[in-house]
Amino acid sequence: MSHPFTIVHPGTGSDATPVTPRNVPVHGGPISVSAAAVEAQFPGAVSRVVVARGETTVIVSAARVHEIIQWLHDEPAQSYEYLSDVTAVEFRDLSQPLEVVWHLRSLRFRRFIRVKVQIVKGQKLEVPSVWDIYKGADWLERECYDMFGIKFAGHPDLRRILLWEQYKEGFPLRKDFPLRGRFSRSEQLKNALSANPESRYSMEELSIADAFEDLPADMRKRLSGGEKTGE
Amino acid sequence: MANRTVEVELSTTGMGPDGKPQRVPLFVGGDAGVSVAAPPAMEPELEGEHMLINIGPQHPATHGVLRLVLELDGETVVRCIPHVGYLHCGFEKIGEYRQYNQIIPWTDREDYLNSIGNNVAFALGAERLFGIDITERCTVLRVMAAELSRIASHLVWMGTTCIDIGAFTPFLWSFQERENVYNLLEGWVGARLTTSATRVGGMAADIPDKWIDGLKGFISTFPKTIDECERMLTKNAIWVGRTVGLGVMSPDEAINYGLSGPLLRASGVAYDVRKDFPYLDYETYDFDVPVGSAGDVYDRFLVRVEEMRQSIRILDQAVKRLPDGPVNIDDPRVILPPKHKATSEMESMIHHFKNVMEGPRPPIGECYVAVESPKGEKGYYMVSDGTSKPVRWRIRPPSYVNLSAIPKMVEGHLLSDVIAINASIDIVMGEIDR
Repeated sequence: MSHPFTIVHPGTGSDATPVTPRNVPVHGGPISVSAAAVEAQFPGAVSRVVVARGETTVIVSAARVHEIIQWLHDEPAQSYEYLSDVTAVEFRDLSQPLEVVWHLRSLRFRRFIRVKVQIVKGQKLEVPSVWDIYKGADWLERECYDMFGIKFAGHPDLRRILLWEQYKEGFPLRKDFPLRGRFSRSEQLKNALSANPESRYSMEELSIADAFEDLPADMRKRLSGGEKTGE
Repeated sequence: MANRTVEVELSTTGMGPDGKPQRVPLFVGGDAGVSVAAPPAMEPELEGEHMLINIGPQHPATHGVLRLVLELDGETVVRCIPHVGYLHCGFEKIGEYRQYNQIIPWTDREDYLNSIGNNVAFALGAERLFGIDITERCTVLRVMAAELSRIASHLVWMGTTCIDIGAFTPFLWSFQERENVYNLLEGWVGARLTTSATRVGGMAADIPDKWIDGLKGFISTFPKTIDECERMLTKNAIWVGRTVGLGVMSPDEAINYGLSGPLLRASGVAYDVRKDFPYLDYETYDFDVPVGSAGDVYDRFLVRVEEMRQSIRILDQAVKRLPDGPVNIDDPRVILPPKHKATSEMESMIHHFKNVMEGPRPPIGECYVAVESPKGEKGYYMVSDGTSKPVRWRIRPPSYVNLSAIPKMVEGHLLSDVIAINASIDIVMGEIDR
């Protein structure tokens, strides 16, 4: 059997054997070496470093987060080549800033770091996309946009993913969104039935086969009326 | 497309003129196996005319309500546009209105083939948030739960993928074996699918008497079933021909796309959360991480089969080391008192009341705890503001991220291979749509 790929072994950059964390302190713990490296590399961009429950959080400015994540990815001494998650947090105390969170892993050094951007209330909800660094960010950013309304500048195809494209009630994971939705039950039902997402194609998809003319009349009317994918 | 040679057994095509079964090697080119040829070129008059095909959301081969819109050139996929979200129920939103122990039933329902594994993962995350260290016995019990559910999930994967590709018998065998796993789980927690087995700081119940004997029986008989399934599939010319060289992801691509679990390991990256970021004392168990070398559907199959064997090894060691002692930690602030005490002692009744009505309160802060679920790296990110309900409960769904690479995987393959590639990702729509 031929072996087209060289096997990649994580942890080649560190000698330490990983162990199950025990007695993890709620506050404090060992700080990740990457935090100091980021602070040294980007003076002024890091507003705070928090260490809690054994995890290091680097809070950076929105303007430079792309640069910092790019550096963490490319720099051989950091080599954060794996993006675990992109998500956001809004607090119940609505005066607290909304946070966008990136969870990065370095397979080579077996490290984990959390990069965070705080968006003060009232500011534009926009952060740079890391899709050009990690292709895996595609759907994670789309979901974050879908749930929180945060725009990821530079994402190639930022539209709703879990909710259907004509969803009108807003962004469900925001704290001002009530648990049962904004609309009345009857209105929700009406919207859901008229959305008909199972037989819906975007104009982009219809351009594949010049299938527009074959559609039912009501759908043709809807699409030619300027209905688009996304917001 | 990878030019890969795999040893296959000769297949029987029928009776020869001499009355004996005629044996013909099933391969195209090469000397001892199947090599995958590039799809034939299009007929010239049809070139350039593309076709739109819609698969799903109600389609038996999409493993749930997944919808794929495909652009085809002849039978070759040019572009794939996946649509998800038909099963979205807002788990994360509901979690913000529930106490930590009340979220555990929701974790059953996201990745419902691995429900007890999700319970374990969520409890680990909540315990990190609370700053709790669980007991030795609970650790070993949770390892057993997680590995049993990994076996059950891989069995469902193997069975359904066989159905998709056209083999029926391994489906029956693997579902029969999965039944044994579910019988064990039923004997332990009373439920088969929606287990809700863990609590913050312990388990809902200790294992009953003689349960370990049932587990030992399963450990001794299960490897035989894997061998049988492997005999049906691993060198089967049809299986090999339909899986080799499909959906290839190189190691760099797989890491960049955020793939995890058997998909990533089949691509030759030996990343396993149990080894690299261990939890539940996995570093003390002796097991191997199977790694593929070609990153195709066939390698994903081999990796999953080997993972089941390794799970059996872990279960075997867990049975041997299971210590006596309490399952739950001794902390009345998070653990419910026993019922007889709650009805007879004043203090226990107050603890019971506080725990049920208010719920345990973790300190302010956040944590991200990832485990190796059968699908990959499953993470729970929880943020607490000091109240008994999380501000944010985020699921990092492995199959969601894995599925996002499907346009890349199916590009250039035939329409029928889309089904095999989609099956190889092992998606659970409950987890993807949440």
